[in-house]
Amino acid sequence: MRAATGNVQKEYLLRTLSFCVLTLVVNILLILFSFRFRSDHSVSLLGFGKLGSIPIRTATAILILGCIGLAGSIAPLVKRLKVEVNVTFYITATGVVSALILWAAVGSIFDMVGLVALSLRLSTPIVLGAMAGMLCERTGVVNIAIEGMMLTAACVGFAATVYLNSLWLGLLCAILAGSVMAALHAFLSVSMITDQIVSGTVINILAVGLTGFIRRSFLVKAKLSRTAILPIISIPLLSKIPILGTIFFTNQPIVFFMMILVVLLTIAFFKTRWGLRTRAIGEHPEAADTVGINVFRMKYLNVMLGGAVAGLAGAWFSLETTGSFDDMMTNGKGFIALAAMIFGKWHPVGAFIGGLIFGFSDALQIIFQIKNIPIPFQFLWMMPYLITMIVLAGVIGKSTPPAADGEPYIKR
Amino acid sequence: MNLLKKLDKEWYRKLLLPLLAIITALAIGAVIIAASGASVIDAYQGLIEGAFGKPRAIAETLVVTTPYILTGLAVAFGFKCGLFNIGVEGQLYAGAVSAAFVGYAVKGLPVFIHLPLAMLVGVLGGAVWGAIPGYLKAKTGGHEVINTIMMNHIMLRLTDYLVKNPMLDPTASIPRTAYIEKTAYLPKIIPAFRLHWGFFIALAAVFAVYFILYKTTVGFEIRTVGHNQSAARYAGMNVTKNFILAMAVSGGLAGLAGANEVLGLNYYLPASFISGYGFDAIAIALLAKSNPFAIIPSALLWASLRNGAGLMQIRAGISIDLVNIIQACVIMFIAAPAIIRWIYRIKAVKAEGGMILTKGWGKA
Repeated sequence: MRAATGNVQKEYLLRTLSFCVLTLVVNILLILFSFRFRSDHSVSLLGFGKLGSIPIRTATAILILGCIGLAGSIAPLVKRLKVEVNVTFYITATGVVSALILWAAVGSIFDMVGLVALSLRLSTPIVLGAMAGMLCERTGVVNIAIEGMMLTAACVGFAATVYLNSLWLGLLCAILAGSVMAALHAFLSVSMITDQIVSGTVINILAVGLTGFIRRSFLVKAKLSRTAILPIISIPLLSKIPILGTIFFTNQPIVFFMMILVVLLTIAFFKTRWGLRTRAIGEHPEAADTVGINVFRMKYLNVMLGGAVAGLAGAWFSLETTGSFDDMMTNGKGFIALAAMIFGKWHPVGAFIGGLIFGFSDALQIIFQIKNIPIPFQFLWMMPYLITMIVLAGVIGKSTPPAADGEPYIKR
Repeated sequence: MNLLKKLDKEWYRKLLLPLLAIITALAIGAVIIAASGASVIDAYQGLIEGAFGKPRAIAETLVVTTPYILTGLAVAFGFKCGLFNIGVEGQLYAGAVSAAFVGYAVKGLPVFIHLPLAMLVGVLGGAVWGAIPGYLKAKTGGHEVINTIMMNHIMLRLTDYLVKNPMLDPTASIPRTAYIEKTAYLPKIIPAFRLHWGFFIALAAVFAVYFILYKTTVGFEIRTVGHNQSAARYAGMNVTKNFILAMAVSGGLAGLAGANEVLGLNYYLPASFISGYGFDAIAIALLAKSNPFAIIPSALLWASLRNGAGLMQIRAGISIDLVNIIQACVIMFIAAPAIIRWIYRIKAVKAEGGMILTKGWGKA
């Protein structure tokens, strides 16, 4: 036993040490980077909407960030301070991102409100996808088919909009399409006891074929390529609040739906009978069954609800953003959503924060490209994916899935 | 004779379900064709002729079969260790980039050194790209399904960057690398066709994988870990090592596929190098139930579907995406044999060893 604990301790020490060395190097680079701006007295301009902009001396600000990070990276080595390596990681990551923003803000105003608003908008499909995954996994069904459900919904929603000539009917059809695909997932994994990852993969492949077929057989032939997008809605009074009004209360409908769903699902999961039953099935289906909960019906219900939410996320791509449909337009967002779900520890609010981080990195990449920051854009594109991997590697600490997640339930 | 005896006596029973799955999927395809107002016979005739109608068509089908065999093997190898490697696409890119680099940057070597070197580096590139998610799975419990997908996206961007910047051939009209040296060419089997020796390399890989998995201690350990992790750990096997090794071999096979494409077909690497082999590979491995030898017919089927689709589109005006739908149905029926059994009223013989991959996200 003693040898085992010794090993664990050694591994823990090694992890701490390697993290510290890594962040140390990054922060030293950050400090060196600050000297780049020393000679020409650069000033960064951070804009805050109508409240005007704040000028900051670039070199000094980055130097301070680097020094804070440096202190943060040494802190875990001092036992008395009891600083976790995760904190170190967050400090350094925040420092690096802030430094990049300061760099982009040199000379021209960097619109901070716009950045946050864009992050929220881009996080929408990820947060919705994460909640879709959560609905499934809280009842013990792993769903890696969110990507496929979103793609199908994006396509069907667009086609329906074009043929029925109504955006709102299109939105409805997208939601339905998502839940139809989810019903297939439930059928395969709950009734047929197929491996859930295999079943999810089947749906992902099917979605690519189906949407491609619909696009090339109907949409392209009929020369239907574009439609209007869902309108921006400003909530009266609330949208007049400076900064917050622009970010939260002036948006397109699906963004609002997303924010409402976060609140709604939090209440539903933890305050209602349905939520208690759902969580019971996810943790211990046998026990849930013995007290008279219909496990199969609940699984079907929740997986299809998840599909509906994924459908909403899919509609975001075609009906709220581009007003068109392209092959593979969901671009891996469904998988990033799963990472956001894990990051959020299977909690809607956590998923919202996780989704925001991904949306933020996406938004940064777009703004950097517009601002012509001399980092190859391919590397900026990689950011969300890299962050996903870092998140999964457990920088966020232990994230425990529902106990019966992914295990088929066989009634005895 | 010994090998034949070892083949299950009830081999036809094993073949029955996959065959029925394929037939049923084709029937569903026929319904879709008919529903969209085209002729089913024209479409399927086009599909078959497109794949096997002429010697050139056959050769082209085998050209596509080559990467399918290798990538299918890659996924199957992961399955054997209980790992779901969706990152074959990215590993294939890694192999292609590495092989292309050695192919054009290293000059003045004789063929018998340059060609194997380029292939080896390609294999290594794929292996490294595959080993990373293996390591992450073993050390941090980060699920390989998500990590490999993320690494696909990262590799896609990285390849795009490399080909458009440091590896760019400035004299070319499209963004691509320079042509590889003649000494790194993988020779063609028949000069008139594009089919190259990579096909035989892929066949050799099938035997090699079979040998590793079933005739060596390494393979035994990998299969044991795939079967029951805790039992393997209890027996003193190093699960971490086996995860990394299995993913590295899997990635290496994918890397070999990528190297083959560059060294045998294109002789350069274009920036817009979209293969799609990596995703079909999952289906191929599932259809073959991860049996190395079954990968060959399985890959051939997929290649003929992919190759025949073009003529099908011309003959019947059916979008080539129909093939994807048929393929998805095939694996759906393979993954859920109960559907097929229900349709054709076949009794289950005994508990078929299904593979359970889903083990949550955090649990290693």
